Amino acid sequence: MDDFLAARSQMALSLGFHIIYSCIGMVMPVFMAIAHYKYIKTGNIVYKNITQAWSKGVAIFFATGAVSGTMLSFELGLLWPKFMLHAGPIFGMPFSLEGVAFFIEAIALGFFLYGWNKFNKWFHWLTGVLVGVSGILSGILVVSANAWMNSPSGFDYINGKYTNIDPIKAMFNGAWFSESLHMTIAAFAATGFAVAGIHALMIFRKQNISFHTRAFKIAIVFGAIAALLQPISGDISAKHAAKRQPAKLAAMEAYFHTQEYAPLVIGGIPDTVAKKVNYGIEIPGLLSFLVHDDFKTPVKGLDQIPANEQPPVAITHYAFQIMVGLGMIMLAIGVLYLICIWKKHNWLFKPWFLKLFIFATPLGFIALEAGWTVTEVGRQPWIIQDVMRTADAVTPMPGIQYSFYLFTFIYFTLSVAVIVLLQRQIKMVPVVYDVKE
Amino acid sequence: MLTIVILFLCLAILLYFLLGGADFGAGIIELFTSEANRQRTRSTSYQAIGPVWEANHMWLIIAVVILFVGFPQIYSVMCTYLHIPILAMLMGIIARGTAFTFRHYDAVKGYRTQTLYNRIFVYSSFLTPLFLGIIAGSALSRKIDTGAAGFADAYVFNWLNWFSVAVGLFTVALCGFLAAIYLIGEAEDEFDVKRFVKKAKVLNIVAFFCGGLVFLAAETNNIRMAKWIFGNPVSLTAVVLASISLVMLWVGINRKKKHIIRVYAAFQVSMILLSVGYTHYPYFITVKNGDHLSLLTDHASANTINTLGGALLVGSLFILPALGYLFYSFRGHTDHD
Ligand code: HDD
Ligand code: HEM
Ligand code: HEM
Repeated sequence: MDDFLAARSQMALSLGFHIIYSCIGMVMPVFMAIAHYKYIKTGNIVYKNITQAWSKGVAIFFATGAVSGTMLSFELGLLWPKFMLHAGPIFGMPFSLEGVAFFIEAIALGFFLYGWNKFNKWFHWLTGVLVGVSGILSGILVVSANAWMNSPSGFDYINGKYTNIDPIKAMFNGAWFSESLHMTIAAFAATGFAVAGIHALMIFRKQNISFHTRAFKIAIVFGAIAALLQPISGDISAKHAAKRQPAKLAAMEAYFHTQEYAPLVIGGIPDTVAKKVNYGIEIPGLLSFLVHDDFKTPVKGLDQIPANEQPPVAITHYAFQIMVGLGMIMLAIGVLYLICIWKKHNWLFKPWFLKLFIFATPLGFIALEAGWTVTEVGRQPWIIQDVMRTADAVTPMPGIQYSFYLFTFIYFTLSVAVIVLLQRQIKMVPVVYDVKE
Repeated sequence: MLTIVILFLCLAILLYFLLGGADFGAGIIELFTSEANRQRTRSTSYQAIGPVWEANHMWLIIAVVILFVGFPQIYSVMCTYLHIPILAMLMGIIARGTAFTFRHYDAVKGYRTQTLYNRIFVYSSFLTPLFLGIIAGSALSRKIDTGAAGFADAYVFNWLNWFSVAVGLFTVALCGFLAAIYLIGEAEDEFDVKRFVKKAKVLNIVAFFCGGLVFLAAETNNIRMAKWIFGNPVSLTAVVLASISLVMLWVGINRKKKHIIRVYAAFQVSMILLSVGYTHYPYFITVKNGDHLSLLTDHASANTINTLGGALLVGSLFILPALGYLFYSFRGHTDHD
């Protein structure tokens, strides 16, 4: 494995790992705060149990998210020193604010986890809310930094020099809003469905029904609403991408030839040599409509992009199809749930209904990883779109593949450990929180 | 604004050393505690650091962010040439952070898994500050060779040398010492107090010994350590103050002043850092061919420094009071479930 490939794989691995923990770290505190609120308001002990059971999960995820994030803040330099040399001062603003947000999050978490029966109950509740708020803020900030790589702004690039740096403008770059919005919704959708799925499984197995149905409801309401909003925000993202990164959009759609009434291709296997998509379903005019709001205007295809500036088409296309496909499935399940709370209350205990949610447990996270693959692979060969190539940013140190193997081993072990720990926590629910129906 | 940013950088490094260091030290002490007493040490240190430990490690993040936003050259040179020790330190951080949390939150307290977490925790508590010290030692002692041709010269021997390793060991000893002093104030009963006092004594001697080792290694490596410390009035004063506070510390321990001794210990370590830091200031990295990377000249553009400083100032308005309140609320013992 050459060093460049190893560095890219290590970065992708680390971020792919971190994102799972950070999304849970952003969203779970919100769920917790709601359960906690219900406990304070109703005095129902089940809600207290839910809050405490969840808070243990959050502690596990937070620790893993925090260490993997610490790794990342060094990895940016360990793997891409030349990128950081120039980019650091430009896109650093969101990172410095993020540092502040993390700090507040870590402090609030200390109060929350260790503060039961110690503080005024509303103060204690508020610290939990703060964990969530600062987590979401961190997420938005770091995604703005990533958005800057897609839509660089806030500096002038003249003769290889980066001048007139304006960190604020760089933070509010052209992509920050669409990316952060989409990301935040994705975090809620993915975590909501995952948590709901686990509790659905427990209801299915008829364990601690009153505990698990209440937990399920809190999670799925967020998951379902997020799943409804996701396609709308995805459409905004796609429109933005089409404007600033036509190559990415063309790769997402495996759209080789510029044409009027540009078709939307669903599925299919892109053939980059023959420049066509086999076995895909084409809907004429739809791509033009999605990008330009009318069916006729041509969309820029890969034929108008120099070969050495094209991203890998197949990966980008597949990843995009996976994300959108899963998004649609989640949307459908979300709608079903809304029907259930509106009209069909008894569905909630029907095996087919529960099975649906059990099946949906991992979907959001798969879509999330797929979405990032679209953004990152779709940006290639650029690390900073149209400014710096990824290959020019990589560290001069040889032997990165060993570091990649090491990271792979560590993340693999950690993932296994976290899964085992969660399983054990869930298994202990009947023992620790033995609430009679 | 540059001054403010530099001050925050120094503050972050200092606080990471003190708070994160005490927290590494808790693991180091556990490593050198007899099997019979380990569980006691473990529960005392969990009570002491549980609520604050995530926050303690944030100082490292703050320092790194300040470096890569404000001083990108320093950050990228360190990350390039000290890649391997940084990687080793990160491994320590990840192993330690997760083992610490997992051993507490594993719902099934099985003997074998707990033993595994404990092992990982104590060894990584030792390795992480060792490599932190190695990184600091290498950055300051002209070991980084930006012109080196071979892999070993460019990426290995710049940190794998007697001097850097001695600094690493010294750092480990200081962390252990800080933790022992901190734990004296958290101990549940007389028996534990005695144990931690004894640990503090041993670690104090070990730290002296490692300090000597640093001097020795410096001699053989042609590093004029004596000049670093005795060569200017500020460093000299700092060293003298450090020695005085050490004496006061031991008087305080004998008089059973459990909390004030923390101040002396923190002060002592801060003075040691100040004395070394001042000699080098404003240079953050000194390179083999005599080049320096300086905080005063190798920084990002004024615009970046200004916004960074602004963010730090505003942020600290929120962080410092909240952090103070956190430490205040959980002083002494913690009840948790
Ligand atoms: C639960 C996860 C999830 C789901 C269901 C969807 N997405 Fe997504 N998508 C993401 C999670 C995600 C993401 C991982 O969060 C990304 C990566 C970067 C970003 O901002 O969001 C992303 C990126 C991303 C991009 C690239 C943006 C860019 O590079 O700037 C586009 C065009 C879309 N999405 C479009 C969609 C559409 C049309 C969906 C229709 C259902 C959709 N996404 C569902
Ligand atoms: C958290 C979700 C993220 C995931 C899953 C992710 C995924 C990836 C992937 C798959 C690659 C490899 C692309 C390729 O080489 O073909 C990559 C590269 C990279 N990503 Fe991301 N990314 C994420 C977020 C971010 C963020 C927030 C940043 C920075 C602020 C970032 C910075 C980078 C950098 C510097 C590279 C290496 C250069 C490159 O290949 O473009 N990523 N990431
Ligand atoms: C899309 C990508 C990312 C998202 C959404 C994200 C979000 C988050 C969130 C919400 C946390 C809080 C931890 C938790 O609650 O579990 C976190 C932790 C952290 N992240 Fe990320 N992050 C991303 C990428 C990055 C990148 C690229 C870096 C580094 C350059 C980074 C650095 C950190 C650090 C240092 C922490 C630890 C902070 C702590 O101790 O609380 N993150 N991240």
